[in-house]
Amino acid sequence: MERTISFRLNGKPTSVKADGQRMLLWVLRSDLGLTGTKFGCGEALCGACTVIVGNAAVRSCVTPVGAVEGKTVLTIEGIGQNGLHAVQQAFLNHHAFQCGYCTPGMIVSAYALLLETPRPTREQIVRHMEDNLCRCGAHGRIVEAIQEAAAAAKGGAR
Amino acid sequence: MSELRRRDFFGIAGAGLFVFFHPDPAEAQEPGRLPTRASGPADFNAYLRIAADGRVTCMSGKVELGQGVMTEMAIVLAEELDVAFDSIDVVLGDTALCPNDGGTYGSMTTPLVVPTVRRAGAEARAVLLQLAAEKLGAPVERLQVTGGVVGDPATPAATVTYAQLVDGKRIERHLANIPVKGAAGFRTIGKSPRRKDALEKITGQARYAGDMIFPGLLHAAILRPPAHGAKLKSADTSAAEKVPGAQVIRDSGMVAVLHERPDIARQTLALVRAEFENPPDGPDDRTIFEHLRKTAPPPRVVGAAGDLAEGERLAAGAIVESAYLNGYVAHAPIETHSATARFEDGQVTVWASSQAPFQVKGAVMSALGLPADKVRIVSRYVGGGFGGKTEADQGVEAARLARISGKPVQVVWNRREEFFYDRFRPAAVMTIRAGVAGGKIVLWDHQIVGAGDRDALPFYDIPHRRTTSAGGWMGGNPPGMNPFEVGPWRAPSVNSITFARESHIDALAAKAGVDPVEFRLNNLTHARVRGVLEAAAKQFGWKAARAPSGRGVGVACSIYNNGCSASCAEVAVNRSTGAVVVKRIVLALDVGPVINPDGMRQQAEGCLMMGMGPALAEEVKFRNGEVLTRNFDGYPLPRFSWLPKVEIVLVDHPEAAALGGGEAPIVTMGAVLANAIYDAVGVRLLQLPMTPERLRAALAKG
Repeated sequence: MERTISFRLNGKPTSVKADGQRMLLWVLRSDLGLTGTKFGCGEALCGACTVIVGNAAVRSCVTPVGAVEGKTVLTIEGIGQNGLHAVQQAFLNHHAFQCGYCTPGMIVSAYALLLETPRPTREQIVRHMEDNLCRCGAHGRIVEAIQEAAAAAKGGAR
Repeated sequence: MSELRRRDFFGIAGAGLFVFFHPDPAEAQEPGRLPTRASGPADFNAYLRIAADGRVTCMSGKVELGQGVMTEMAIVLAEELDVAFDSIDVVLGDTALCPNDGGTYGSMTTPLVVPTVRRAGAEARAVLLQLAAEKLGAPVERLQVTGGVVGDPATPAATVTYAQLVDGKRIERHLANIPVKGAAGFRTIGKSPRRKDALEKITGQARYAGDMIFPGLLHAAILRPPAHGAKLKSADTSAAEKVPGAQVIRDSGMVAVLHERPDIARQTLALVRAEFENPPDGPDDRTIFEHLRKTAPPPRVVGAAGDLAEGERLAAGAIVESAYLNGYVAHAPIETHSATARFEDGQVTVWASSQAPFQVKGAVMSALGLPADKVRIVSRYVGGGFGGKTEADQGVEAARLARISGKPVQVVWNRREEFFYDRFRPAAVMTIRAGVAGGKIVLWDHQIVGAGDRDALPFYDIPHRRTTSAGGWMGGNPPGMNPFEVGPWRAPSVNSITFARESHIDALAAKAGVDPVEFRLNNLTHARVRGVLEAAAKQFGWKAARAPSGRGVGVACSIYNNGCSASCAEVAVNRSTGAVVVKRIVLALDVGPVINPDGMRQQAEGCLMMGMGPALAEEVKFRNGEVLTRNFDGYPLPRFSWLPKVEIVLVDHPEAAALGGGEAPIVTMGAVLANAIYDAVGVRLLQLPMTPERLRAALAKG
């Protein structure tokens, strides 16, 4: 059943007319034109579609848009909107990507980790990022980038 | 090029100085052993343009798959033109703007295209210096260039910029024989600037083929058979047709649903009630090896020397014979095959995730019956290829549906389609019978079935040897040999062949009672392989011991497309679970002089990480043409917790030709881990992937 669903997207009040059962990924990409959030598997197995709802990283491919009603949603487009975030800057410094397709999901997941755990250990980084898949094999650089971002943020992500 | 093509090209490209591709067939063509090739550059597109604002645009039909080609092109052009790296824009994979310099595979960009781009840069610089000499009234020999500003040291006040020199002009040149810079004069080559694609990729602004959005865009969901070889008997689309906004298309065997929302198109397709006739029973992932042996074409001798019977006599019973098996492996890029097609004024543009846009152009032309000037393919960013996006059937699907519907159409395969239509790395059976005498390999009889024959010959000094090959990734297999299509997978043939060869070399070393590194060096005069082997062993801190030593260390070396690599690895094996943890990998690589050292390291690190997958876990499951592997839960890719300590040693080889390095570092991964596992537990695994189940079974057998 189509209805109007309102939430805050990247800081701005947003409304879409959609069936609340539709997955957030497709609403973001198709209805709202935000293509930074990627499709990879459709079953919460790869992490390419990761966005932040409230303060937590979720897989938008299995998150019904009705479930984010009244909540805040942050995507890769929102993370960089006021200049590069420390996580993005660190990914840049370390060239922590190759094809770049999993990168938005990696950066959003890392951002969520630093919200919750501002100074994670290497083990905490690995555990948190474990279900974000990268086929190019940039894992080592991604871990280093997150460590650098945590150190740069000195006490937490902004 | 035709007058029409010229108008189109300059209409898109504008004014400035252009250096065009010189159609030298010898140079444009790829090595003959590659499976598909363009028929030579029929269109004279530019390699570079210098615009009136001073910005330099490099144009190449190569594609940015993540391997860093955009950055590499900019580095060499900045070098030859003496301009800032930041003033260069790189346009890739656009068939309307770029020369057809071959698909992006086989590590050919660095050895074949980069030299041409460098020559284009040198050509442009020479033209600009001539213009500057006229303008400044100074002889060309006296002029110097820094950052695109030409000056005469004799009159320091008089300078002119490249931008001023080309302002308002349209200068066309074709490549001549202007020499490129020598290594001594390099300012940018050998440095590692920020990747050209970095900012777009970390901000989510990089647009892949499935990110193209147009007014009226429709998303397609296409009916697929349950198994390869299944035939559609009937499809009842009545329920789907009732869905508001859905358009059902039936066109010569294709049944598709179009909708402005991709998820609703998928849901609507699920309402189609289709009946298929199943294919006859075929092999599964367990019976495939016997099936390959039975169905392979007659073996072809790839290379031979000496006399095998004499080798047998010399070995005097010190013989090891084993059959090595390797299952089907998927490319599994995180971006599935995607395309967006749009018709405008009878011309179709297809944005396609493809490693070979000119090949896709040909496919779209023939599928839609369109002439060359009506088809444009754009492959700007591709979310991983690894050989799996050489063909791009989804581009043809999108173009067909766009023409039928009259609307722009996007096709994005879901993960199940991606696994179903992937042209897998072929399964292979490799039998090796080899013998040693006095620490020397005296016999080598290697029969390869299924893998193909690229770089199949052993590079060790073996007097009596023969290598045969039957079937492979490059096509020409008898029908039914593989139950689905196979194709190139990052360093085709060589992953399987290296697993077999380097495992077997270790088995011979154990037979001879010699340390595996020492045994290799005793049988190896190939200077560059020796160089990487010694470099890897040194960095690793290799201590000689007979395997199995219980330490869990292994070594392997290889050659791929003239690039040499050697690796040493350390593993920990859990005897009760059969799980293997890779603790450390050292890779030494010799691919000639390195244009972008950090770029090379990214490729090498990526290869090691990716290479652990098919070595330890990845294997496609199938039965009777049905691909049972449907998503990542059934196909474990290497993850963060797998990350070992990685060390890369780039062996400098400045006098050699520059080679591509995106594939060579992956090929030793199967063998180096098999050898390390043997060293740890004294059991040799002869089949990839070396899963915990297989290791437990092997340990139980002893």
